[in-house]
Amino acid sequence: MTQPMVEAVGVHKSYVGVEVLKGVNLTVARGEVTCLIGPSGSGKSTLLRCINHLEKHDAGELRVDGELVGYEARGGKLYELNDRRICDERSQIGMVFQRFNLFQNLNVLQNITVGPIKVKDVDEESAKKRARELLVRVGLEGKEKNYPTQLSGGQQQRVAIARALAMEPKLMLFDEPTSALDPELVGEVLDVMKDLARSGMTMIVVTHEMGFAKEVADTVYFLDQGVIEESGDPKVVLTSPSSTRLQSFLAKVL
Amino acid sequence: MNTNGDAAVKVVPVRHYGQWFGMAVVALFLAMYVHTLFSKIPSGARTCHLVLGKYQCHAVLKWRFGWNVIFNYFTNGEILRGLVVTLELTVLSMIVGVVLGVVFAIMRLSRSRLLSGVAWTYTWMFRGTPVYVQLLLWGFIAILYPKFAIGVPFFHVYIVQFGANTVFIPFVAAVTALGLNEGAYFSEIVRSGLIAVDEGQTEAAMSLGMTRGQTLRLIVLPQAMRVILPPTGNEIISMLKTTSLVVVLGVVDLLGAVTNIYGETYQIMPMLLLASLWYLIVSTILSVGQFYVERHFGRGALRTPPPTPIERIRRDLRGIAAKYRTPRGVQVESKS
Repeated sequence: MTQPMVEAVGVHKSYVGVEVLKGVNLTVARGEVTCLIGPSGSGKSTLLRCINHLEKHDAGELRVDGELVGYEARGGKLYELNDRRICDERSQIGMVFQRFNLFQNLNVLQNITVGPIKVKDVDEESAKKRARELLVRVGLEGKEKNYPTQLSGGQQQRVAIARALAMEPKLMLFDEPTSALDPELVGEVLDVMKDLARSGMTMIVVTHEMGFAKEVADTVYFLDQGVIEESGDPKVVLTSPSSTRLQSFLAKVL
Repeated sequence: MNTNGDAAVKVVPVRHYGQWFGMAVVALFLAMYVHTLFSKIPSGARTCHLVLGKYQCHAVLKWRFGWNVIFNYFTNGEILRGLVVTLELTVLSMIVGVVLGVVFAIMRLSRSRLLSGVAWTYTWMFRGTPVYVQLLLWGFIAILYPKFAIGVPFFHVYIVQFGANTVFIPFVAAVTALGLNEGAYFSEIVRSGLIAVDEGQTEAAMSLGMTRGQTLRLIVLPQAMRVILPPTGNEIISMLKTTSLVVVLGVVDLLGAVTNIYGETYQIMPMLLLASLWYLIVSTILSVGQFYVERHFGRGALRTPPPTPIERIRRDLRGIAAKYRTPRGVQVESKS
């Protein structure tokens, strides 16, 4: 039995007085695509942000590739990692945001190369070469010199995916990657993600695209009010849900 | 008549009688002002000429504003040397202010309570006391700390020491005071710029594994520049004028040179006007520079940049020309 890529056991997270995650258990195997669905405020994004330590979880155990996220266990105690170790952990996990968050002061090529050059000390020439390959892969060759504001939402999100892939991550996190897009642009981003899934990338996707979840995901988790209500094979979970919460959620979304 | 059958209607615009009256009053005051600018007054001296065997005497007149004095002293060596000192003070104090401002703004936004506390206290102290008082304090710093030394703190062991008066000569005291004061204001400008950058930019940088320092240097600060730059122009112009306070420390800047000269010649008003003219000239040059720098950094944020003054004049002239080419009230028939 190989080690799972992500393993969460009883993960809790509270913001001033509000408990957002109330003990979440989740396992993501290598090369699998996992979709997190659920109503807004259910804790999907928070869980995702805990996985690359953009948020600190308060209790429970969260492991990526066997390593504890944000902590180190020595002699029965948990030691908080210093900034450099946390940066190191994050550099191995790619993240794509709902609002793209491309660096406004850099052009497309610089957006993709800044991570490898500054964080992984890759030399500029090979970083640029790799960036051009990635732009071809997401269908944006020739846009190297454009600035983010000159691109459509769908194009920006594809650059954001290329930016994350340039770091050669072992895990990709997608936080509602198509929610801020015009309906006609959703397809081009989902196509890139499907292609990525086929190439064997381990992915966790927070999404409202049930069609994508049904087609691509290996496992679907339904979160509601900070707990996982139901999980399993999307073809089963999304077509014949057993919990009434998921039934009413799907009735509203579909 | 055009093809639509509309008759050409004569339009009588609303008459703004109040506006006409207001303009007349303003024009009157303007005329009076221009008149005093170029009027002459008795100088107190009398001159007599021999006319047809008789002496005829009358009062000698002089320019009320002393234009001839202003003209004579305008590029006087002492004035120009003073102007150079003013410019040096402005540039050096701004450099000190900008560096301190950036450092303290970053400290203020730091997670460390100590750093942000120090930054807050600095702003509180230097923004809360008059810059004039601060200038005097730095000028007389030797009273508080007669000697400065490098050594072991609290044990009176010194490796190097020097007297406060040899370091804090008036010019240095002036730059220190003006720079520290400017730093307090400038840190607030930088802070507003840093806050204005979307938090998503920081998150994206951190998700790539960048350190806080890299995120600030490569992503946040460059984007904050667009917000920071316009008020910076304002601060430079403000600093140019504030430097005139250094006269109190005996630094001979532009105002110092002017007061030295009128101390001897008693041409008080012309010399003060001369100084004002020089300040106005330099600040005008700075404003023009500010306009173009802002326009440059506004690119990308604004789809159409504001027109330059030259473009605006050209556009206005074109507008007037067009108005006279097609007389009002005449309708151009269109082929429809």
